[in-house]
Amino acid sequence: MATGLEIGVGHFLTVAAILFVIGIFGIFLNRKNVIIILMSVELMLLAININMVAFSSYLGDLTGQVFTLFILTVAAAEAAIGLAILVCFFRNRGSIAVEDVNVMKG
Amino acid sequence: MAADVLPVLAFYLFSTITVISALMVVIASNPVRSVLWLIAAFFSSAGLFVLLGAEFVAMLMLIVYVGAVAVLFLFVVMMLDVDFVALRQGMSEYLPLGAFVALILIVEIALVVGFWVVSPQVSTLIDNPAPAITQTTNTAALGNIIYDDYAYLFQAAGLILLVAMIGAIVLTLRTREGVKKQSVVAQMHRTREEAVALVDVKPGQGIN
Repeated sequence: MATGLEIGVGHFLTVAAILFVIGIFGIFLNRKNVIIILMSVELMLLAININMVAFSSYLGDLTGQVFTLFILTVAAAEAAIGLAILVCFFRNRGSIAVEDVNVMKG
Repeated sequence: MAADVLPVLAFYLFSTITVISALMVVIASNPVRSVLWLIAAFFSSAGLFVLLGAEFVAMLMLIVYVGAVAVLFLFVVMMLDVDFVALRQGMSEYLPLGAFVALILIVEIALVVGFWVVSPQVSTLIDNPAPAITQTTNTAALGNIIYDDYAYLFQAAGLILLVAMIGAIVLTLRTREGVKKQSVVAQMHRTREEAVALVDVKPGQGIN
């Protein structure tokens, strides 16, 4: 068997790192669009999930996969609440641009 | 040889599709296309999970992300009447800053990985898998762990979902003004006095 063809934990960690960086990049690139920002957050959570499962599989410890389920739960809850807030905000202001989010003068 | 090469090919296929889809989520011109690329990214990452031997998480990924979260995004994107072209204004303006931060992050990750020392205990961990992999399926083993060791965390996860559900309903619920609706309670509490009026109509005149 040719060397270098083995897929190890490092390969999966590299993919996860690339996904995470793309998520961060997306937040900066689409600063005005809350929907894309939420999607970027989902991408980052996906990267974390890949990390968890890769280590869980590599170390032979299923606890990592259990925590992946919890991350999945939190990600789903976050998406639901975030989109609900978005719909609510759109009803009130007629826009979803981030620079219009200044009612609380934060 | 083919049996050795096939998983490697599958890994590179799935990871390439995942990364390209993730990039397209970020730079797609239309948010609807972004959501569709997001679905592609989740789908191919589920393939990565299958390659890692985490079948249950892979299927959960498909059900939760593709089936629920992505469809939720799709609904919201299509429901909101937003001028997405205006939201894309100034995207090239943010590009250098975003690329700079991404570069910093890449360097930091590379540094962390470069100075990462693998614990000597790892080899013993690998030799003794927590639940012996050969004896049971991934789903059964996960079920044993969740319901035995992490039962309280599992309940807490359910509570989080409940709070999210109630929160989403409360946030988006609204009572509209000026809509004619049937009110069963009001119907049942009508009395004869307020519903029927006896009018003595004179001949040759109408009721006005």
